[in-house]
Amino acid sequence: MIETFNPDSADEAGAIVSDALAAETPLEIVGGGSLRGIGRPLETGYALSTAGLSGVSLYEPEELVLRAGPGTPMSQIKMQLDQQGQMLAFEPPDLGVLMGGDSEQGTLGGIVAGNLAGPRRVKSGAARDHFLGVEAVSGRGELFKSGGRVVKNVTGYDLCKLLAGSWGTLGVMTEITVKVLPAPEKTRTVLIECADAAKAVAAMTQALSSPHDVSAAGWVPQAVASRSSVSYVSSTQKALVAIRAEGIGSSVEARCEALRDELAAFGNIEELHSHNSSRFWEEMRDVRLLDPVEGDGCIWRISMPPASAPELLGGLHDALDMEAFLDWGGGLIWAHVCGMADGGSYVIRRALGTGQGHATMIRGSLEQRLIHPVFQPEPAPIEKLTRNLKEAFDPHGILNPNRMYDGI
Amino acid sequence: MRMPDPDQDVLARRLDIIAALRKIVPVEGVIAEEEELRVYECDGLTAYRQLPMIVVLPETTEQVSRVLAYCHEQGIKIVPRGAGTSLSGGALPLEDGITLGLGKFNRILDIDYGNRCVTAQPGVTNLALTQAVSADGFYYAPDPSSQIACSIGGNVAENSGGVHCLKYGLTANNLLGIEMVLMDGEVVRIGGKHLDAGGYDLMGVVTGSEGLLGVITEVTVRILRSPATARALLIGFPSSESAGDCVAAIIAAGIIPGGMEMMDRPAIHAAEAFVNAGYPMDAEALLIVELDGPQVEVDELIGRVEKIAREHRAESVRISTNEIERENFWAGRKAAFPAVGRISPDYYCMDGTIPRHRLSEVLNRMTELSDHYGLRVANVFHAGDGNLHPLILYNANNPGELEKAEAFGADILKLCVEVGGVLTGEHGVGVEKRDLMGEMFTENDLNQQQRVKCAFDPTQRLNPGKVFPTLHRCAELGRVHIQGGQTRFPDLPRF
Repeated sequence: MIETFNPDSADEAGAIVSDALAAETPLEIVGGGSLRGIGRPLETGYALSTAGLSGVSLYEPEELVLRAGPGTPMSQIKMQLDQQGQMLAFEPPDLGVLMGGDSEQGTLGGIVAGNLAGPRRVKSGAARDHFLGVEAVSGRGELFKSGGRVVKNVTGYDLCKLLAGSWGTLGVMTEITVKVLPAPEKTRTVLIECADAAKAVAAMTQALSSPHDVSAAGWVPQAVASRSSVSYVSSTQKALVAIRAEGIGSSVEARCEALRDELAAFGNIEELHSHNSSRFWEEMRDVRLLDPVEGDGCIWRISMPPASAPELLGGLHDALDMEAFLDWGGGLIWAHVCGMADGGSYVIRRALGTGQGHATMIRGSLEQRLIHPVFQPEPAPIEKLTRNLKEAFDPHGILNPNRMYDGI
Repeated sequence: MRMPDPDQDVLARRLDIIAALRKIVPVEGVIAEEEELRVYECDGLTAYRQLPMIVVLPETTEQVSRVLAYCHEQGIKIVPRGAGTSLSGGALPLEDGITLGLGKFNRILDIDYGNRCVTAQPGVTNLALTQAVSADGFYYAPDPSSQIACSIGGNVAENSGGVHCLKYGLTANNLLGIEMVLMDGEVVRIGGKHLDAGGYDLMGVVTGSEGLLGVITEVTVRILRSPATARALLIGFPSSESAGDCVAAIIAAGIIPGGMEMMDRPAIHAAEAFVNAGYPMDAEALLIVELDGPQVEVDELIGRVEKIAREHRAESVRISTNEIERENFWAGRKAAFPAVGRISPDYYCMDGTIPRHRLSEVLNRMTELSDHYGLRVANVFHAGDGNLHPLILYNANNPGELEKAEAFGADILKLCVEVGGVLTGEHGVGVEKRDLMGEMFTENDLNQQQRVKCAFDPTQRLNPGKVFPTLHRCAELGRVHIQGGQTRFPDLPRF
């Protein structure tokens, strides 16, 4: 049974980490727990929960800035932003259901620690790109800060970038400052029937290379599309390319019309309006359209150059029992692999190669995550830098030890 | 400005070092004559000068790697240099250091429209990146005002911004991959043409690290399709308060302009006298707001911004109807620095960022400081993101006036931190703001940053004397101080 500490201030969090350091006892760092299944299994007897480090301490809509504790539920942040017509532009996903739990359990700390981002990544960046400032406790038990509350800031090293995507292995964040942006007044999605992945990527590339300010571009094969709760999507019985336009009403209408003209050669075209468009992209964002994982099924997130997607996807389909869809204009594959003891790890990593992108086993069994690399293996010189950085922040391996790599 | 003590042993070996370098790079790529070294004695921050021991201009990544490996082995310091346009002394040479110039890395290597990115060598200028793809309707978004001269490698080292970064982000947000040589000569590739990192975001921390972590030898950036159209408004206000309120109201209305720049009265007058852009001479503050994007959107937003401006006491509003007018609106702003250079023998450009709502307070305090120091100041301001560029006017030929300008500048930056802002928005810390870092960071904060430096460069031979006010040895920083068990919180459960 894991014993959990619940600090309610940064100083308390610091004292707990200091004590853990003195006792040479590693800690699992948890927020809402919805992403707990991502990474190599931890074997810690103690946990530090950020649940008590919760609440929005600063929100100035006209300054486009929000500051909150890492344990603040995303649902609360979303509610406060909604009231002011604003959003986190990187479209943070809610992976709760994908991970086998409930939705709306996620916290700001989890989103940032995982550097997660939804479909708008392709236009607006990931969590890292909106992460302005941080206060954290290092594995040395020391409180430190980096960044600030302003967008333009190059004072000192940007440690926020390191903490984003470090999955709690470098520090326990105690306060997070993010950039917020106005939410679009209107959203619409152009749907194009397109069964071929190469053609789909070509259509998405054309859309993203157009002056029509596309905010998301994805491709769902027919079986994936059929699970959508949006009947316009599921009832077509076709694979679909989806292109989203957002902004002020007159502009969205004009751009969708222009996109329909421009992409007409690729296939039949439909359009999703407001509510349907939002719901479809929520399903894409939260990875709700893949078949639920059972048995030895694994869920993978693969980031690669968009132009490489068709060939990679083809190669993986040849070798694996796999269902997949594309987001980020082809730059992101979400894949569900069945019937492989290693969850498809060997095939996927060999097909991806070195330096051509990265694949993360987002969901896999305990055994799969223990034996096979969850995060993209790094070439030796990069691995050395990774180890040096872990040493710089957490030399005794107190924080989420081994979660990302052996010793990291 | 105190720099690390020169290593007399290295200085004594200068001729041997020159000979060794000439075996690595072509003979003309090793500069050792004083009159030629003079070119490299300072960067854009001309108040600080130091002749480098040697300048080396490698032509390939392999040469960079061999130069660094040699210097690492021989204990010689390296100062990387791009185009030399840093305004914070990031490329200030060291008496016992080798300045490693990337000027010969000037080729664009790959234009990849399928992946919407360009790969270039680090010496390619920022503007050349855009020019390479503009005929096909694309551009590279970050546009620092030195974009004609500054290099993309330098942009990565400084995380450069520009007038468009509120909407389109800084260098960090537009960078996909780098090739970098570590101090020990190891060549590493980070990122590529894909998004985000699979492990730690090394590229994120290298961006803006001011040449202290590695020497960048290749850069891949994302390119964007040029907006269909852009139009600008030129708005005159009776006070900086009303201009500041207008900026807040535009953003509160959900509008993120492509650019939003403010100038104060002295800056307006200097610019107008220089370029005759037709700026309102009776205004206390001038706002240039540029909307870019699809035609129908720009036309509608121009109307919305005009309405907001009039609700905020705008005394004059002009709206561009064609490209010539739009460029004319910008001409004064873009020429603001040289324009100020015409009305004062010297000027010192500052670079703090503040939370925008503190603007009028900061401007008032700056006026008091201006009276106190007896030096004039003109302000240009990236209004959308709170990045202030006060230009302090002085005459270096008057004894003591440079020191006075520096003290004035330091007071302005402390004021920025005091109101919740930061020391530098886009020019970097370099040597200029090094000794002010303690205003913003605690010793813990700075030690943690230096440990990152140690992770990349444990012997600290790469650009020492920049960014950090005190240099600690890496071994000393690495030690762990166990302080647990002291029951600062007696109610917490113990292990």
